[in-house]
Amino acid sequence: MGTSLAPRMSLHGRDVISIRDLTRPEIETLLLSARRMIPYAEGKKVTHPLADKIVAMAFFEPSTRTRLSFESATLRLGGQCITVADPAVSSIRKGESLSDTIRMMSGYADAIVLRHPNEGSARLAARASDRPIINAGDGAGQHPTQTLLDLATMQEAFGTLSGLRVVLLGDLKYGRTVHSLAYALALFGAELVLSSPPSLRLPEEVRDQLDHMGVKVEEESQLSRAVRDADVLYVTRIQKERFPDEGEYLKVAGSYRIDNSVLAGAKSRMIVLHPLPRAGEIASEVDATPHAAYFRQAFLAVPVRMALLEALLASPKSKKGG
Amino acid sequence: MRELKITPIKNGTVIDHIANGLALEVLRIVGIQSLDKDSTVSVALHVRSGKLGWKDIVKVENMELSARKVNAIALIAPTATISIIREFKVREKRPVDLPERIVGVLRCPNLNCISNQAEPVESEFEVAQRRPVVLVCVFCERSVDDFLHHLG
Repeated sequence: MGTSLAPRMSLHGRDVISIRDLTRPEIETLLLSARRMIPYAEGKKVTHPLADKIVAMAFFEPSTRTRLSFESATLRLGGQCITVADPAVSSIRKGESLSDTIRMMSGYADAIVLRHPNEGSARLAARASDRPIINAGDGAGQHPTQTLLDLATMQEAFGTLSGLRVVLLGDLKYGRTVHSLAYALALFGAELVLSSPPSLRLPEEVRDQLDHMGVKVEEESQLSRAVRDADVLYVTRIQKERFPDEGEYLKVAGSYRIDNSVLAGAKSRMIVLHPLPRAGEIASEVDATPHAAYFRQAFLAVPVRMALLEALLASPKSKKGG
Repeated sequence: MRELKITPIKNGTVIDHIANGLALEVLRIVGIQSLDKDSTVSVALHVRSGKLGWKDIVKVENMELSARKVNAIALIAPTATISIIREFKVREKRPVDLPERIVGVLRCPNLNCISNQAEPVESEFEVAQRRPVVLVCVFCERSVDDFLHHLG
């Protein structure tokens, strides 16, 4: 669906391509709705606001948790899924354009969840489809539902986002999802501490934008000092596939690792988040500590995506979470 | 009598006040290979200018520029003015003006952008900043301020 010029009063029928497509009140409403969805996501209660809906999962890049959590969210809401999970057997492989594939799929489903290796693919898909497009990651670009579930995890742990001191650790240069998260945290008045290898610092333009939003941003290269006053330690994976050359990747691979000795000086309530999968950035010994919140974060993907799917697709009368 | 460095044209387009040294880039945008074989193209480099100090001028006979070409010139030579000449008279004169959206003029510098793949879509940028000009790709959100190297 193309961009509408009408005032945006509701999420119903809209595309969600970037976290910037959502206002702060809209994000707050989704987080509240996600909290109410938890017993439904756990299967303790039953709701079927999407009983007459089909959601297409168009995954043109490998993904496990994003696809499964979207499928689970759809099924928990009583909807049905149709899935392209292997681009090798899809029509794209035969040379069909993404535009044509999406136009075709929009005839088969009520919404399309898209994961694609090219940046900007979700915006293009939104033009080709007359059904809502949810961006589930476009290359190194946007991944708005990841940001929503990151926020949901922090809010569940602390009851608020405002004033939280959040350390963003790792690849702050190529990991654009961390840019979206930084933007969203700034929107909610969190304090940011940036900690990365020198070659993976936050790009100047993103830093300028955060400064422009009036958010307090510090840089701290020493991990133990960064962790000391933190409420949240957000660890990212260094993604080899995002680097323009292997030499640069090898220089920074394995340059940080969170284990119990790093966490020894942390506040007792500090939580460690990671979008998963981890590749050695967090030692498994951390899993047994109260700091480990990354599996809770992975679970919250389901209620958060339920809240979004319901907001986009359910008729107002059948809503549970809003 | 003042010496004429470039002769007047009967019908066509004069692109004046091009920043010194950029005339050949402007000519590349105009695309001389697409011209009528009887048309004359005149290029003046390093001409004294009251406004700019030094400037370049391009005159093309029997051609009026498309909006797309004017947008491309606006990106690399924002000080340029364009005059439409008919029967030796200036019928219209205006500075180049950058619209809010630039479509089909530049390639996105992000090679992994969907607009650089085999999709039925033209490149498209929004003006994020006017002085100096910074454009942002509407698809991948990559910004670009170096236009010479990304002309389509």
